[in-house]
Amino acid sequence: MTTQTAPAIPPVVSAPRTRQAVPMQRRISQVVIYGLLIVLALVFLLPVFVVLLTSLKSTAEVDISRMWALPQQISFESFGLALEELSTGLGNSFALVIPGTIISAVLGSLNGYVLSKWKFPGANILFPLMLFGMFIPYQAIIIPLVLFLRDIDLFNTLPGLILCHVVYGLPITTLIFRNYYSEVPDEMLEAGGIDGAGFFGLYWHIVLPISLPGFVVVAIWQFTQIWNEFLFSVTVAQGTPTVTVALQNLSGSQIVQWNVQMASAFLAAIPTLIVYVLLGRYFIRGLLAGSIKG
Amino acid sequence: MRGTRDRTIAILMLAPSVVLLGIFVYVFILSTAYTSLTNLDSMRQLGGIAPDFVGLKNYLDFFGFSPLDTRFRIGFVNTIFFTILFIAVCLGLGLLLAVLLDQKIKGEAIFRTIFLFPMALSFVVTGVVWRWLFNVNAGLNRLPTLIGLPQGTFEWHTSQQRILEFSWQDFPTIIAVIIGLFVILPAFYYVVQRRSRTAIYVLIVAMLINGYLLFVATPSLWTANARPETHGFNLAIIAVVVAAAWQMSGYTMAMYLAGLRGVAEELREAARVDGCSELNVYRRIVLPLLAPITLSAMIILGHISLKIFDLIYAMGGGDLLQIDVPGMFMYLETYRGFQPARGAAVAMIMLILVAAVIVPYLYTNLKGEAKK
Repeated sequence: MTTQTAPAIPPVVSAPRTRQAVPMQRRISQVVIYGLLIVLALVFLLPVFVVLLTSLKSTAEVDISRMWALPQQISFESFGLALEELSTGLGNSFALVIPGTIISAVLGSLNGYVLSKWKFPGANILFPLMLFGMFIPYQAIIIPLVLFLRDIDLFNTLPGLILCHVVYGLPITTLIFRNYYSEVPDEMLEAGGIDGAGFFGLYWHIVLPISLPGFVVVAIWQFTQIWNEFLFSVTVAQGTPTVTVALQNLSGSQIVQWNVQMASAFLAAIPTLIVYVLLGRYFIRGLLAGSIKG
Repeated sequence: MRGTRDRTIAILMLAPSVVLLGIFVYVFILSTAYTSLTNLDSMRQLGGIAPDFVGLKNYLDFFGFSPLDTRFRIGFVNTIFFTILFIAVCLGLGLLLAVLLDQKIKGEAIFRTIFLFPMALSFVVTGVVWRWLFNVNAGLNRLPTLIGLPQGTFEWHTSQQRILEFSWQDFPTIIAVIIGLFVILPAFYYVVQRRSRTAIYVLIVAMLINGYLLFVATPSLWTANARPETHGFNLAIIAVVVAAAWQMSGYTMAMYLAGLRGVAEELREAARVDGCSELNVYRRIVLPLLAPITLSAMIILGHISLKIFDLIYAMGGGDLLQIDVPGMFMYLETYRGFQPARGAAVAMIMLILVAAVIVPYLYTNLKGEAKK
């Protein structure tokens, strides 16, 4: 790459002149950078501010014309009401997300192990075909999916919803573990193979013990995905509403006050936010894995 | 060493996942594709009456041969404008945030956390919260009054305003013009200047498509429906873009930031020593290296926006035609309108759009990996 901006005067000659100019310029650019960052951060936090502002007001105080006014008295009434409305949804979501995350992480780990360390002919065609499953719009499979779940008596049940999340989670969990295990040198396995360890022996004694970071990334990713998912929940499990369906139902009903709506949104967001704040580093890794190269 | 027995075990361990995905992805897609070619509705389903095979009728109806199916076309046009704006805002904002955070600033981790946290939320939460912020008489519109300015009047996601209007019957012509500008002209240049063989093929295919669009599609649309059907950019989409970009631009920021950290500091230092200004270091060295990331981000964001559903649902999309999208229409048509065949056709159109973006991406990505 050629730099077309090579200076006419050699840098050594121009140095005395710039030495005075630079600190001033730097200071200005620093002010601009921090100023921009702070303004943007405030914009990004505005919805959070409004959620807290609204949900901390009592129902008597919630008034559209005074939306931006601070609460005269901080009230947790809305959180109580929200918890009442959302408790079933929150319970269902936890009952869904825990087995869903564990099963898809375990299967992803095994698949990733096979695809990275036990390459077989055709694996290079099979893997992209598996990956395609994570990009499709689920609308394209939802009609037969509902019929299938009816046939096996899992329609409108949590196990049916868990099955959906496990199957459609397989591509991403497999991808993350495959990329993760690709970094493990083959020699490590070869050494184990000499000791007579087979497929499971190598997995158990060599691969699994170093898999913790992979499991953390996958678990966080699946936890947020399943917790936040809406289309499957609203079509195959209306009878056992998850938290997103419960939130949507109460916000669409027009009779629930805004403070309760905002408190509900807050409650629905809290589990994934906690995971994000505590384990953000791993969250970003999962995020970037979604763009394949990892 | 790893023996044949263990290789068999390995394949057997992968088999359940492969079979499950084979059924849940490919068999189900084929089933949806077949359903979309019939006139299956819930009345037939309940009455046990076998649906008839109707070929491409559902698709043709949606794309303009039934004057009654305006709703699909509203959603289709909305998706196009939404996708373009959403990608543009996320790329621009994401790059700005990444470059700002790349300046060795204090508190980088805090800022990064703030810009990225919306990614951890559900689109439903985002929709519910932003619907409150977009409330016409309170919300964002009221903000200027806090510092003495007049109240905002934009009606956000409930706005009925529309710009860039065109008749649906002219839609193929518009596409043809776009293909002409962005495919035929560059291909023509390559044929004349570089004598490129690929460019000749591209040119021939593009001209055939344009010929079809101009001389077959446009006239037959006007024959099927002589009354102009107006579409355009519904300004309400801006509200959806704001909410979606708030949630997703942290993602592009993270991608760009990872890319920026990958640009060796020595390379930048070398340019600075050569007298390159900080701005030029970015313009001439860093940004060109970020081009592949931009492409990846466009594809990921594009496939998200083409299948967007929950955000629209949570913003009240079921009742607001101006922010309708195919994902929403598919759900309502199938489960509220009792027309699974038509819903399946919408789903297949969505799938084709997403596949057109994703399949080349998967192909090049994994081919590049195989070379390594």
